[in-house]
Amino acid sequence: MAKVVLWGSLRPHTGGKAEVEIEARNVQELLARLGDSYPGLQSQIKRGVSVSIDGLIYREGWLQPLKPDSEVFLLPRMTGG
Amino acid sequence: MPLDNAPEGKRKFNVVGTRPLRPDGIDKVTGRAKFGADASAPGQLVGRILRSPHAHAIIRKIDTSKAEKLPGVKAVITRDDFPDHTGGSGGLYDTLCNVMAREKAFYEGHAVAAVAATSASIARQALKLIKVDYEVLPHVTDVDEAMKPGAPLLHKDMFTDGVDPKPKKPSNIARRFEFGHGDVEAGFKKADIIVERSFKTEAAHQGYIEPHAALASMGPDGSAELWCCTQGHYMVRDVCSQLLGIDIARLRVTQSEIGGGFGGKTTVFIEPVALALARKANRPVKVVMTREEVFKASGPTASTSIDIKIGVTKDGLITAADGVFRYQGGPFQGCSPAEFGAMSAFAQFHLDNVRAVAYDVVCNRPKTISYRAPGAPMANFAVESVIEELAHKLGMEPIDFRIKNAAREGTKSSYGPVYGPIGLGATLEAAKNHPHFKAPLGPNQGRGMAAGFWFNFGGQSCVTLNIPVDGSITVSVGSPDIGGSRAAMCMMVAEEMGIPYDHVRAIIADTSALGYNDVTDGSRTTFATGMACILAARDAIKKLCARAAATWGIPEDAVKWENGYAKPAGPNAGDFAPLSLKEIAEASPGTGGPIAGHHEFSADGAGVSFATHICDVEVDPETGRSSIVRYTVIQDAGKAVHPSYVEGQFQGGAVQGIGWALNEEYIYGKDGRLQNAGFLDYRIPVCSDLPMIDTQILEIPNPGHPYGVRGVGETSIVPPLAAIANAVANATGVRFTQIPLSPPRVLKGIEEAKKAGGRKAA
Repeated sequence: MAKVVLWGSLRPHTGGKAEVEIEARNVQELLARLGDSYPGLQSQIKRGVSVSIDGLIYREGWLQPLKPDSEVFLLPRMTGG
Repeated sequence: MPLDNAPEGKRKFNVVGTRPLRPDGIDKVTGRAKFGADASAPGQLVGRILRSPHAHAIIRKIDTSKAEKLPGVKAVITRDDFPDHTGGSGGLYDTLCNVMAREKAFYEGHAVAAVAATSASIARQALKLIKVDYEVLPHVTDVDEAMKPGAPLLHKDMFTDGVDPKPKKPSNIARRFEFGHGDVEAGFKKADIIVERSFKTEAAHQGYIEPHAALASMGPDGSAELWCCTQGHYMVRDVCSQLLGIDIARLRVTQSEIGGGFGGKTTVFIEPVALALARKANRPVKVVMTREEVFKASGPTASTSIDIKIGVTKDGLITAADGVFRYQGGPFQGCSPAEFGAMSAFAQFHLDNVRAVAYDVVCNRPKTISYRAPGAPMANFAVESVIEELAHKLGMEPIDFRIKNAAREGTKSSYGPVYGPIGLGATLEAAKNHPHFKAPLGPNQGRGMAAGFWFNFGGQSCVTLNIPVDGSITVSVGSPDIGGSRAAMCMMVAEEMGIPYDHVRAIIADTSALGYNDVTDGSRTTFATGMACILAARDAIKKLCARAAATWGIPEDAVKWENGYAKPAGPNAGDFAPLSLKEIAEASPGTGGPIAGHHEFSADGAGVSFATHICDVEVDPETGRSSIVRYTVIQDAGKAVHPSYVEGQFQGGAVQGIGWALNEEYIYGKDGRLQNAGFLDYRIPVCSDLPMIDTQILEIPNPGHPYGVRGVGETSIVPPLAAIANAVANATGVRFTQIPLSPPRVLKGIEEAKKAGGRKAA
């Protein structure tokens, strides 16, 4: 199961947990299951998130595959100038 | 896409890394280049926008009847001409509210109506005939004031997101973010020295020289065309289509040359208004902002209020870092880059205990938009100021203190992920060894430094490469060229094809020609669109080899491409004279038709970026005026495709940072109106204010790009605010905690320090 690490202010939506484990083959599946398991996260997911998978940042990359031991950080959707 | 021919350093480049002439240079210096306001169409009308004089007001009623009757007026539009197709919430709805005010005007300059007329003078007269009935409300423009209980409330339905439990009362605090790891309280207990300071930064404008301009045309069948200056015409197409309720395919957007963007042209302002006027008038309409409108009604960056606390052991190891970052982003939630300020603030350090809390706050100011590395320069100013002060307290050289605590490969970043290979240490070491660092200082001079970070990203790019019969190449890209990317695209194609640079021409295609291309932002274009160019060239090479194989009657895989020629791959393939690109292209009508390469993708693997800046400032003790006497930028470019452009990006970011640090600020009166909406009173640096900015390009290959390229457009604006503030502190003995470091502020600080008898904070 992929380990998903949440930024601090999302933790109230997971009962205070900083990390949750989600079974998912790719980012799209992970976000969908994350939203199903923790409905409070859905508004942020809808607003837009980027992810870091094993240290590499993906701005979108919904179909990016996840390994069973992948570490995924949820990040606000990247913007730039 | 992994780095080709790894380990890097072994690939020999022929074109990449050279400095050919820029392809757009002659057109720009001779006036042939067409910028946004240069577009014209038969029968076009002049569009003008009526803007709110109030910082905060309910719009009770808008009476346009007299304006509509004025001869020469062909259309008048208001909020009623923008029915909500967005679903009534979210960022797109806020964009709709920003391009044309609905129930409320949220800032001075907020659009409330627009006219299209046969001349500019008639349009101006018509604006005066529009009667708007306002109910003026109390306003707030300062971020700290906006957060106080009892502050004028912009939105009655705004309840701070990200706090537990959710507040029962509305406020101007839209969202709270928190990043970090470890236990900061425990970390501070281990510290021998703690420095805690509060900082403020004012809003700055990107200061692009070309005001926003758009020419729109919409036919009775609903199909429309738009010509405009923007960092992303595909974004403009999609957003305008959604706001106006038309199919995306019915709107074709062509991007003009752009006179600067720096993040400020990554959204829409006047484009939907021009289209709505054209729809109503059934004639083309051109809208061009004045400079005053650019200041009041486009998107500057956020103003901020920041608290930083950092603890160290007496041998110089940081034990904990804590920060609170309050950013106002104008009247709509999610517009301030508060979260990116918090995420980037401590990213250059290896920290066991770190916490960064950010607040996204709304105010009666224009809706902010990105400005090069959005959110990072202000946070960096605060953090690197405290770092410098800690180094002094420790008696350590600031650079050694930074090197000792620098993030490195394997560091858990302050925003979460663990770093792969990064170039921060290399930039710090290069700074320490740079001649600038050892040069003597004159009287009243001080030296400062800072290291900065930015994320960079890739995104969507789509490229087509066409080879006509003479063997020249046209590359069509969808990324507006705001920093010389056309030269970089040509160079990468020439490198891949094995042909000279001047055989390749790059154009920016309109939105009907290519698949979606993300906005030119996030330092992404040379990295992502450049990678698409390389892959499109490889696609074309495959097809060229296939034509050669068919000509020779051998299998395709028996042909290789080398230095612009198709050749038999080995002795077993047969003995054929190599075919040049030109020969294959010339024969193409008879060998299968036109030859083109194509690639579309969403690029990732941009890799994070670091820079270290060194700055010498001379402060006039009589006037408080600060002059930059020497400035050096050291940054990792991965691989510099066109080193002159890379240097230009380094220099440009530094110069914009210098302006922000020393002079630039949005000044509001008590009435909530902007007092300095023009370049006479909003002081950006000009050439005579600046020394030559020295640069040092480091090339630590990015493993996420075939040539090792890393984006370079944004990081260079991150360290200047802190580097300059540290230099001024070292020149004057006064630690300033508010920018800009304008002469009156610096003079006041010096005089107060004299009265207090020494070094202090101001």
